[in-house]
Amino acid sequence: MLLLLLGIILLHIAGLVLLFVSTIVSVWTSGETSTADLWINCTTTNAGYHCDPASAGEWIQAVQALMILSIIFSCLSLLLFFCQLFTLQKGGRFFLTGTFQILASLFVMSGAIIYTVMSPQWVPETEAFGYSYILAWVAFPLALISGLIYVILRKRE
Amino acid sequence: MGRAGPMRGVWLGINQGTVCFLLLSCFEALCRVASSIPPLHFLSPPCTRTRSRVGLFLDRLLSGLRHPSFWELPAKPETMLTLLALASVVLLGIVPEQSQAIVIYTGWERHALLGSDIRLSCSFFSWRWTSEDVTFSWTYRPDGSRDSISIFHYTGGAAYVDNKGPFRDRVEFVGNPGRRDGSILIKNLDFNDNGTFTCDAKNPPDIVGRPSSVRLLVFEKVPIQAGVITGAIIGVVLGLLVLIVVIYYLMRFLVARRVFSLSVSKHGKKKKEGSQQRQGPVPPADPSKIKV
Repeated sequence: MLLLLLGIILLHIAGLVLLFVSTIVSVWTSGETSTADLWINCTTTNAGYHCDPASAGEWIQAVQALMILSIIFSCLSLLLFFCQLFTLQKGGRFFLTGTFQILASLFVMSGAIIYTVMSPQWVPETEAFGYSYILAWVAFPLALISGLIYVILRKRE
Repeated sequence: MGRAGPMRGVWLGINQGTVCFLLLSCFEALCRVASSIPPLHFLSPPCTRTRSRVGLFLDRLLSGLRHPSFWELPAKPETMLTLLALASVVLLGIVPEQSQAIVIYTGWERHALLGSDIRLSCSFFSWRWTSEDVTFSWTYRPDGSRDSISIFHYTGGAAYVDNKGPFRDRVEFVGNPGRRDGSILIKNLDFNDNGTFTCDAKNPPDIVGRPSSVRLLVFEKVPIQAGVITGAIIGVVLGLLVLIVVIYYLMRFLVARRVFSLSVSKHGKKKKEGSQQRQGPVPPADPSKIKV
């Protein structure tokens, strides 16, 4: 029982950490000498390393908002899990926790999809997707599985 | 006797001083209004003599303070508070007479579309009344250049606009000097109009002040500021969450209250029936009950 609990919490925290890294590190697009999005664009020129704020387009801002919302919902879900662990009666399901975690995964998914579809507008063709983008896509199934587990899980003494 | 005695001197001083202060303030206000009407300009010298009203008030206050009973402790703290409040009012009355810098307000940055018109606002704050010799002047410094060129000047009741420089026939005065507004309208903007516009206003005799600058940026398409949409989306979603939580708890509270009131009324009814049943067979000699 304790092992199960630990496993679930670890899964949740892994998803949360991936979300944090994906949001904070600005490497959604990477080229040979530059990295760009979500927050700053940095280039390495002869003069050195130089960073500018990312373009203030509407779609980039939507992706930023969705990533931040997914982090908020995932954190809330973790808090709710600990709350419900102590207040739920025997046999009850962690519906609220699962709902928040599933919502967080949906937000990450929407953010990643919007970025995939809309980034050709401001990113040149020669640049590839960076590791933050990949982490966002990895965080989505982790969060989804975690949320589903919470919905299915029943509280035992 | 104990309360009236020690504070009497101070109250006398304060009352006399306050009345003097109020009367003389009214007098000065009326003086100024009257002397601004051209036929009554001869009234302005007597008005300036009212500068001494503050000294008069202080004199009255000091005479109250010199009363020997002032320096005994007052019976109530409220009187000390009133004294403090009056003193702060006096100080606030003195201070503005000394600092006479003019403060000029323009925007910080203005964004405009190519080909559109833009109104650059400029207003000022001065402790003096708006004089007739108020002047406004606007200068323009292009982006990347160090020289400023004057494009507008208002003085002596007439506005003079640029007729030789980069804004030839494009500047219009849309301000109201009487209301301290020196705004100009620039028409048909171009990319070359990017730069800094500086407004300088003078309200004689209040001429010491810093000019204020507004930066103009001309765009083909006005961009959305970074973070506006982000904040909006986050705010809306979190707001919805909070709303749902509040509504859920409200419904629970209302349902619980309704259930509670229903149970109370049911309980009350049962109690009434029970008591009636108990009362029925007890008094057989009661005439009203026999009838029923």
